Amino acid sequence: MNNNTDFLLALENVSVSFDGFKAVNELNLYIDKGELRVIIGPNGAGKTTVLDLICGRTRVSEGSIKFKNQEITGYKEQKIVQLGIGRKFQTPTIYQDLTVFENLELSLPRGRNVVGALFWSRTDEIARRVTEVAEMIFLHDDLDRLAETLSHGQKQWLEIGMLLIQDPELLMLDEPVAGMSVSERAKTAELLNEIIKNRSVIVIEHDMKFVESIAHRVTVLHQGKVLAEGDMQSVQANPRVKEVYLGH
Amino acid sequence: MSGIRTDSRTLELIGFALVAALILVVLPLALDIFRLNLVGKYLTYSFVAVGLVLCWGHTGILSLGQGVFFGLGGYCMAAFLKLEASSAANTKIQSTPGIPDFMDWNQITELPFFWVPFKSLSFSLIAVVVVPAIAAFILGAAMFKRRVGGVYFAIITQALAAVLTILIIGQQGYTGGINGITDLRTLLGWDIRPDSAKYILYFVCCVLLLGTMFLARFVIASKLGRILVAIRDQEERVRFSGYDVANFKIFVFCLASAIAALGGAMFTLQVGFMSPSFVGIVPSIEMVIFCAVGGRHSLVGAVIGALVVNWGKTLFSESFPELWLFAMGGLFIGVVLAFPRGLAGLVTDQIVPRLTRLAASRLGSSNSRHAEPSPAPAE
Repeated sequence: MNNNTDFLLALENVSVSFDGFKAVNELNLYIDKGELRVIIGPNGAGKTTVLDLICGRTRVSEGSIKFKNQEITGYKEQKIVQLGIGRKFQTPTIYQDLTVFENLELSLPRGRNVVGALFWSRTDEIARRVTEVAEMIFLHDDLDRLAETLSHGQKQWLEIGMLLIQDPELLMLDEPVAGMSVSERAKTAELLNEIIKNRSVIVIEHDMKFVESIAHRVTVLHQGKVLAEGDMQSVQANPRVKEVYLGH
Repeated sequence: MSGIRTDSRTLELIGFALVAALILVVLPLALDIFRLNLVGKYLTYSFVAVGLVLCWGHTGILSLGQGVFFGLGGYCMAAFLKLEASSAANTKIQSTPGIPDFMDWNQITELPFFWVPFKSLSFSLIAVVVVPAIAAFILGAAMFKRRVGGVYFAIITQALAAVLTILIIGQQGYTGGINGITDLRTLLGWDIRPDSAKYILYFVCCVLLLGTMFLARFVIASKLGRILVAIRDQEERVRFSGYDVANFKIFVFCLASAIAALGGAMFTLQVGFMSPSFVGIVPSIEMVIFCAVGGRHSLVGAVIGALVVNWGKTLFSESFPELWLFAMGGLFIGVVLAFPRGLAGLVTDQIVPRLTRLAASRLGSSNSRHAEPSPAPAE
């Protein structure tokens, strides 16, 4: 067992199997404070599963996941969120029947128990914080719209906004630009560059141009294992990576 | 500014006022005491429907066992009234005077320990709400903490309704069996049977119902209410917003059950008895139908739904007793197919927009007649 480290998040020898199939196999992954890490890999490489493991949606079969040197394997999802890990899903998951304002308000990390929620009052400070985030995600004119009436790209932004307002130390984004138009992509890249300040971010993405525009460090996953790790150029030049992506 | 929400809340308040006027003024003036007492009985089902709006309409938890909680509330009330009616003087012909008659018939010679506290009115009134809430808490905690939901939860609540009915019927020495607890007479010496008492009980029932409607409205309008809607939409996402979903579900289920129990207690007081035929699967499903017909998202709708369906049931079964169940089934299917949001949805989605459009066009045409040349300014 390794002793404690400076890493914000440390996955060590993590494995998970579904009916004997090892979706993630003895994976080691370390994320620094303030780091932006992009995870790429062919379909079925286990990218989304890794995020599921970190946020407690899927239970780890073996190995350890530490967040700020605290073992988080076995914690419930909401506990992990409260520790400071936020997660964006692949398809936009927002609350369709609530307005944009209410979506953001619910995501504020306060009044999270039954009593707190029942006697919650919408103070000016809360309204200000919601408006502030709504401006960052280009939705400040749509605060009173029902979320189901937003366009696909706007829904993705709203979900990013819901994470931002949680103010997590580690933000995990699963394909944040999937299904977006070209102009929406550019805006999202700009938004991401803004929100990664002061926090660590893990992004899963397929779109290579988008990855180049934001990546600091890239991890390539293949069959549940790390195939290569490094900056974009070295990863792209790696012959094994080329083989995995182009070989078949 | 905050468009949709303000509109629907104004509409809801208008609905509340109309309901209050209907049950507090119109019906008492229009009906004789026999019919009014029947309306009072229907209104006790409105309590259950209000609870279902919270847990089914807003949170998406379908309970097919609300009769259990209605019954528990009713039985707690009946226990107190029965003990008062079983004074030593009233029961001196029994082999053991001073205990309820059905116990005596079943060779029970001593009041069972769990009946003893029901000698106190304040204990009984607290028990009316607390006993069902505890039952709901146990069931809710066992299910929701394990993330059992949807159809499975509905089936389990239905099983619970069957279990409680069988238990009540089987243990007739302790519960009064299939006949229930009958021959209730006085509440702290005040006779609940004459017409004057029925009037008073009717109004108590109305005021309590309006009170629970406001309580439910407070819950729905709070942030907790929005979390409930969020749970209905995207339960998983709510966890990733940092909430313990199970706790919220348990809370709303307990609240809905306590409200149903209040209805049960008012039922016992107004009808004068309580029996297992208001506990089992069929009444529990009927309660869901009341709520569905009225509109499961709307408090006003649910109250009116319970009133309308029960009224129909009485009228219909007076003329065609054997056809009622078919009519009820047909009504349910019809509502689900034709207007899934119930009567309330019909009003808010169809009638109100049409009226507004009509009013707007009237207003618009009269405006344009007065100020013909200048086009209306934008905004």
